[in-house]
Amino acid sequence: MITLNERGADTDPVALADAIRAALQVRADGFARIEADTALWIGLARGCAAGWQDLGALWIDDHHVRMALWDARENCRAIVSLTLKAGAYPSVGLHHAPALRLERAMRDLYGAIPEGIPDERRWLDHGVWPGREHEPGYHFLAVDGNGLHQIPVGPVHAGIIEPGHFRFTANGETVARLEARLGYVHKGVEALAQGAPVEKAARLAARMSGDSTVAYSFAFSHAVEAALGWDVPPRGQILRGVMAELERLSHHVGDVGGICNDAAVAALLARCSLIREDILRTQDALFGHRMMMDAVVPGGVVRDIDASGAAAILALLERIETGFHRVIRAYDQSPSLQNRTHGTGIAEPDFIRQFAAGGFVGRAGGRAFDARRAFAYPPYNAVAFKVPTREESDVDARIWIRIEEIAESAAIIRQLLGRLEDGPIRAAPPPFQPGAGAALVEAFRGDLFVAVRIEDEGRIAHMHARDASWFQWPLLETAIKGNIVADFPLCNKSFNCSYSGVDL
Amino acid sequence: MHILLLDALLKGPATERAPSPDEAAVADLARALGTRARARLGRSLAIREVDAGSCNACELEIHALGNPVYDVERFGLKFVASPRHADVLLVTGAVSWNMREGLERTYAATPDPKWVVAAGDCAAGCGVYSESHACAGAVAKIVPVDLVIPGCPPTPTDLLKGLLALVEGATRSPR
Repeated sequence: MITLNERGADTDPVALADAIRAALQVRADGFARIEADTALWIGLARGCAAGWQDLGALWIDDHHVRMALWDARENCRAIVSLTLKAGAYPSVGLHHAPALRLERAMRDLYGAIPEGIPDERRWLDHGVWPGREHEPGYHFLAVDGNGLHQIPVGPVHAGIIEPGHFRFTANGETVARLEARLGYVHKGVEALAQGAPVEKAARLAARMSGDSTVAYSFAFSHAVEAALGWDVPPRGQILRGVMAELERLSHHVGDVGGICNDAAVAALLARCSLIREDILRTQDALFGHRMMMDAVVPGGVVRDIDASGAAAILALLERIETGFHRVIRAYDQSPSLQNRTHGTGIAEPDFIRQFAAGGFVGRAGGRAFDARRAFAYPPYNAVAFKVPTREESDVDARIWIRIEEIAESAAIIRQLLGRLEDGPIRAAPPPFQPGAGAALVEAFRGDLFVAVRIEDEGRIAHMHARDASWFQWPLLETAIKGNIVADFPLCNKSFNCSYSGVDL
Repeated sequence: MHILLLDALLKGPATERAPSPDEAAVADLARALGTRARARLGRSLAIREVDAGSCNACELEIHALGNPVYDVERFGLKFVASPRHADVLLVTGAVSWNMREGLERTYAATPDPKWVVAAGDCAAGCGVYSESHACAGAVAKIVPVDLVIPGCPPTPTDLLKGLLALVEGATRSPR
């Protein structure tokens, strides 16, 4: 690695492409590794704020703070490292707000101090961990004004849903501020992965967020394969793509039903949940698990399909398209439903750009980023598909992105099955050696980043995963402002952010 | 919308026949529940779901119980919004320390007689998070558990078998 020359702290924001050119080398996983000094670190943080590149992830590993950055226009990606000095580093959040929660979480877990961070509150540490000093209670941000009242909701919600606390400040029915407090399902994933053999860590990765189990397994496997120089056979790559798109289909269909249900149109939820059940049963029959947990592993996949399996998937796609077409028509022709979704929960396009929000949240607000397209990884480098975008950025737009992506996923699966050639589905591991790898894949809710570092004996020295929801939750808080409390379920469901994937 | 309604009329219900309840669990529950249940509950149970540190896979399958294929409400099993309305707490997850108080308070808010079902391997204490420093472990370490439904995640059929065992166990309990 190359250490860049000292730059003055007052220089302009540093472009990522310049920094990568100075570092010269891009690794096999597509990421350049850059050793930064303080000035470059701050320059890149300010560059994120100026929109020169996107902040992808920020984590602590081995006495370093590391930052993943990318610029889809320049087609460049990097992992920038800065050595902690007395456990501290210059805060990225001071310059670029999307880093705030990441920095708060890392301080709670590793004690790394982001110097100058404008929000000192704890995030994952709720003051109840055994053997930790207890801090006084959590302070929600103050809201001043006449006639305001607060509505506390959760962490145990009224539905069958993950736990989190929402603090609404409302003026009558109109929401003045929403603040979400998460961390309730913090399960210590990074600590559990530390020292674990690759197979055990793969099972952990598959359970980061149950609804993105294929996507997490995919990203983890890619990262491990990059670290070890492990080649995946083409048939394994294609089956991974088929599974990832099936997962996207099942959740997009389920979400459309769920949003309609939150507007009291239960018939569409029933329809969508029937389609979803059809998908899950097909997945169970072909890949041995309704959600395809542990089906994607480093080196390839664990189950093959024969010609009848491929035919079963094609038949499933036809049933989905017929059934879902009727749902779309019903949605499009229900004024009472449209009335609830149009103009509701608008996520500001400026915030979407600033937070580099991915998935249907980003694309509904004009941000066309899709990891499958931007940094085409196998098997997406071999298929043609569209990345739908909208400008309205409301609940309706987020529904329509899902609807359009369902058609694209079906088209991708058909192309992939058409390219399925005979051959092995998994390769044996190469000799284990120390190494590091990272991967960025597209889960159903957005881009998903995983970085791993592997030690001599093939054990995980460190694993970090960053869900798309880290950069979507804050936007939900902004999108509800000015809406009525009763529209929160619609806004929330149209975002469908992960709790488990963020709390980790 | 009218096409969907017509479709439903012509094709008939999508609902499948019920699985038989897990007989071993029924016998265990009948013993465990004693006389508490029969008089108070009849054949209907109100369930409050609590995620105490799951990865959300269990929640997705519990959700599926409500779809027209499993149609859980036909058995008198109903998911309710508040522990104040519940007979049963259906708990998932490895009970993160951050959710322990939430689970305890939900349990305390549930009126007697009440039952706790631990759903999924994490709740049973054998999931991938069971050794985590951030988790208390099995649900049974925090609140008394009457029935465990293992699986990662348990399928809707597993869940239905377990919950039907609970209804059967409650109604077959000895005087």
